[in-house]
Amino acid sequence: MSRSPNGSWRSVGTRPVRPDGIDKVTGRAVFSADFNLPDALQGAVLRSPFAHARILRMDTARALALPGVKAIITASDLPEITEDQALINGQPPDFRDMSANILARTKVLYEGHALAAVAAVDAKTAEQALALIDVEYEVLPHVIDVQQAMAPDAPVLHDSLITQGITPAPSRPSNIASRHEQVHGDVEQGFAQADIILTEEFTTQPVHQGYIEPHACMARVASDGQTDIWCSSQGQFMVRAYCARLLDMPLSRIRVTPLEIGGGFGGKTTVYLEPLAVLLARRSGRPVKIQMSRADVFRATGPASGSYISMKIGALNDGTLVAAQGILCYQAGAFPGSPVRLGCMTAFAPYDIANVKMIGYDVVVNRPKSAAYRAPGAPMASFAAESLIDMLAQRLGMDPLELRIRNAARDGTRTAYGPRFKEIGYLQTLQAAQAHPHYSAPLGQHQGRGVASGFWFNMGGQSSAALTLNEDGTVMVTTANPDIGGSRASMALMAAEVLEIDVDRVRPEIADTSSIAYSDLTGGSRVTFAVGMAVTQAATELVASLQQRAATLWDIPVDQIDWREGCAVASIDGKQEILSLSSLAAQAGKTGGPIAAHVSINAQGAGPGFGTHICDVEVDPDTGRVTVLRYTAIQDVGTAVHPSYVEGQLQGGAVQGIGWALNEAYQYDDNGAQLNPGFLDYRVPVASDLPMIDTVLVEVPNPRHPFGVRGVGEVPIIPPLGAVANAVSRATGTRHVDLPMSPPVVLRAIQRAARRRR
Amino acid sequence: MQYQAPTDLADVAALLASADGKGRVMAGGTDLLARFAAGMPKPDVLVDIKHIAELMDIEQASDGSFTVGAAVCGAAISEHAALCSAWPGVTEAMDLIGSVQIQGRASLGGNLCNASPAADAVPALIAAGAICRILGSQGERQVSVADIICSPGKTCLDSDEFVVSLYLPPRPPRSADAYLRLIPRSEMDIAVAGAAVNLTLDSADVVVAATIALGAVSPVPLLVPRAADVILGSKLEADVMTRFKSVVSASCRPINDKRGTIDYRNHVAGVLAARAALIAGKRAAREGL
Repeated sequence: MSRSPNGSWRSVGTRPVRPDGIDKVTGRAVFSADFNLPDALQGAVLRSPFAHARILRMDTARALALPGVKAIITASDLPEITEDQALINGQPPDFRDMSANILARTKVLYEGHALAAVAAVDAKTAEQALALIDVEYEVLPHVIDVQQAMAPDAPVLHDSLITQGITPAPSRPSNIASRHEQVHGDVEQGFAQADIILTEEFTTQPVHQGYIEPHACMARVASDGQTDIWCSSQGQFMVRAYCARLLDMPLSRIRVTPLEIGGGFGGKTTVYLEPLAVLLARRSGRPVKIQMSRADVFRATGPASGSYISMKIGALNDGTLVAAQGILCYQAGAFPGSPVRLGCMTAFAPYDIANVKMIGYDVVVNRPKSAAYRAPGAPMASFAAESLIDMLAQRLGMDPLELRIRNAARDGTRTAYGPRFKEIGYLQTLQAAQAHPHYSAPLGQHQGRGVASGFWFNMGGQSSAALTLNEDGTVMVTTANPDIGGSRASMALMAAEVLEIDVDRVRPEIADTSSIAYSDLTGGSRVTFAVGMAVTQAATELVASLQQRAATLWDIPVDQIDWREGCAVASIDGKQEILSLSSLAAQAGKTGGPIAAHVSINAQGAGPGFGTHICDVEVDPDTGRVTVLRYTAIQDVGTAVHPSYVEGQLQGGAVQGIGWALNEAYQYDDNGAQLNPGFLDYRVPVASDLPMIDTVLVEVPNPRHPFGVRGVGEVPIIPPLGAVANAVSRATGTRHVDLPMSPPVVLRAIQRAARRRR
Repeated sequence: MQYQAPTDLADVAALLASADGKGRVMAGGTDLLARFAAGMPKPDVLVDIKHIAELMDIEQASDGSFTVGAAVCGAAISEHAALCSAWPGVTEAMDLIGSVQIQGRASLGGNLCNASPAADAVPALIAAGAICRILGSQGERQVSVADIICSPGKTCLDSDEFVVSLYLPPRPPRSADAYLRLIPRSEMDIAVAGAAVNLTLDSADVVVAATIALGAVSPVPLLVPRAADVILGSKLEADVMTRFKSVVSASCRPINDKRGTIDYRNHVAGVLAARAALIAGKRAAREGL
């Protein structure tokens, strides 16, 4: 581990034990499935065995008659959401689709699609009841492959789906939900200028976020309708808003208490079980707990989109990129809404290219609705772009980092998707990669080294923080964002920094939806930046209040009071006087009452993030098996508030990206049923598969954050796909364009290349 | 479901007989408990055999043979230096199963009686010529490991029978074995293909005895005498190994499933068998020095 020298903060940049750490390692932390209430019923969800079928008839009478069954709900119990109610402010998500996803209405659209939910006295009875629900299906032809789904004769999932973004609008429905076009410069002219043009087609498979904790929730509805939900999610306000919309309830009727979250990675930015639990609790009059099995998680919760990408780049003989063009087709799953637009925006964002044209298609298929996954949409597009850049480096006989440096976006570069970059640290990551001993280490036989870069926007957004001074001078920092990546520690460190006190005097807490103002969910790498900004402002306000209180006690003007080392300091009659935080807290009753600050903002000025990864692999030429030998993740992280957790983000992202590149894939039988809904055959890397992921934290501070913070959580999953593919391609002497690069796939490519050479 | 944990060998068969076909023997439980969790019907009587001394013991006889209790866990096997040195292939095959936690529980007897086509320890035991001591209410019998598994998930044991121990015979000098498997990951995975080779060299490094057994490439672990014939009388020269590889591949009868295709399994079984033969050959040659 290494990081570039930091400034002179007293707390920011240090590595204290996280406030939630001891609870988590001792098992005391309460995750969603750990939460229980006396008298709670157990819920269970009936799921479709078919990938695509019309529901002709559903009869719950036999199930309801089973002793111990207290309530059953189907889609007819959900309020109808009309087309004009589907979106809020014209923005996704589409609540009509979400409603049909949590309980199928007229058709089931994927194996695992929920049809009904049961609440019973215990889990066994609930399971038995599911088997007694009679459903008559008309099985329809299905389609799970994105290119097949786009074919004119493909089975159509939604009869009313007319492709958006095409004029004139098509007259017939199809599986293409929308077409998105992004044009920068003039690609025809760009390619006309090019000395070298490279074209390739790429495919990637849907991959699951693979969080350890399956979805689970508890709901309780009081006799007056007041509703409580306990669950783990990436945003308690998201859960409240979505449940209110889906169940047609006022927000004030619902309180959501966030429980500890066992991983989300974007996959817990929507709801599946919560509205069902609320309906069942309302109907039965008892609390209802529902939890998914791992198989449920694989069959019914969103993976990242799979993709088919056709891409082309043009360059001059000196390596200057002059044009890039791509057609990106992303699987949305059963309902529209893949992140293909983000793929178009991010693919070439690290580069200064005058002419870029990207076309994206959002395509529905008979798979679970896709969900966000770390840097949604970017890794697959980056895989294609970074592979082509590596091919160009090979063609030119040029060092791949040198080629990237030649074309790197810098301060002031106009991006292909619109805005101009301000202070960015991409070039610095490339230089750090060049200077790293990894890059010049020798390679053996059957070994290869790949590099790739990645870009993510990072986000700000609506954020709330409340700081309260306790009577003994300790400080509560209350925020509204579930702690997924160590944010409690970061919030405490930033508050301690402003207050100039030791971080162990600051206690971070995450509040329920009735105890603090709204915050956007934890996602988009926004929390340390945006919520951190709210915390910093609240701490600054708290200091101002404390100075005011000291002024009252000393009876001097407030502008004569400094704040140093957690104390109000003033020179009174030539003598230095001090009032500590504790004594100001103790005397608060005399100076105006409790001391607190509450800040709610819509944080602007998120700084974009760039990373460059170096990967060494060895490929077994006889079996196609790939071993990652060495891996280094380099990233501009702005300021690392808690460097260990920043390094953890880089390592975790790299590992997830390596899994995406090498072995993770859904397997389906001919009927569209998933064959591997578990971690045995859905192969995320295990610890012994990988070397220690080395990290280099490049710190180019974001000038629009008080401590220079940039989001760090998403960038590190983007470069691995390209870095691993480039390494495998160089090790085997043949280009790998299809993910995952599992042993049979790699062996086939090696054998094909050998035949070509003969 | 009734749980029984007898401490006397004689009680096991009686318990199984009284369950009338609805009894199940549990050693480490690493396959059985996972299957219960997945919804498999539970037996009336679950007989835990870990509390019986004979089943938890590794014994080395003066003739160099070993008797390994059927419930001895993988970790105990890996820690037994004499066993590891005499049977590196058998012990490395056992060691490949599962994680550190699984190794503290999983047993040779369990791996065999689970009767999976992809069991790692079974090809190595077959190549080693291991013999099971089986006890039932009608008495005792000895059966070669190669004859235990009849079809996927099924053994030749009667419902009141269980495996007490596995006997690894004494072996001539300059003998060694090796086992290799292919999994996409490095652990916590099921073999796509596995190959075990047990061989003996003469003083001139010529192979004078060889047994080859394969896993995950047919409904039951497969003995491949045709492949053994290819290397008998050879010094495992490159051209011999090329032939060996293709004979092994041609002998496989795999299926296409989520873990591998027929073509890939055929190919990889040959690659692994050839590599295992070379490793076993090197080990045997080293032993003679």
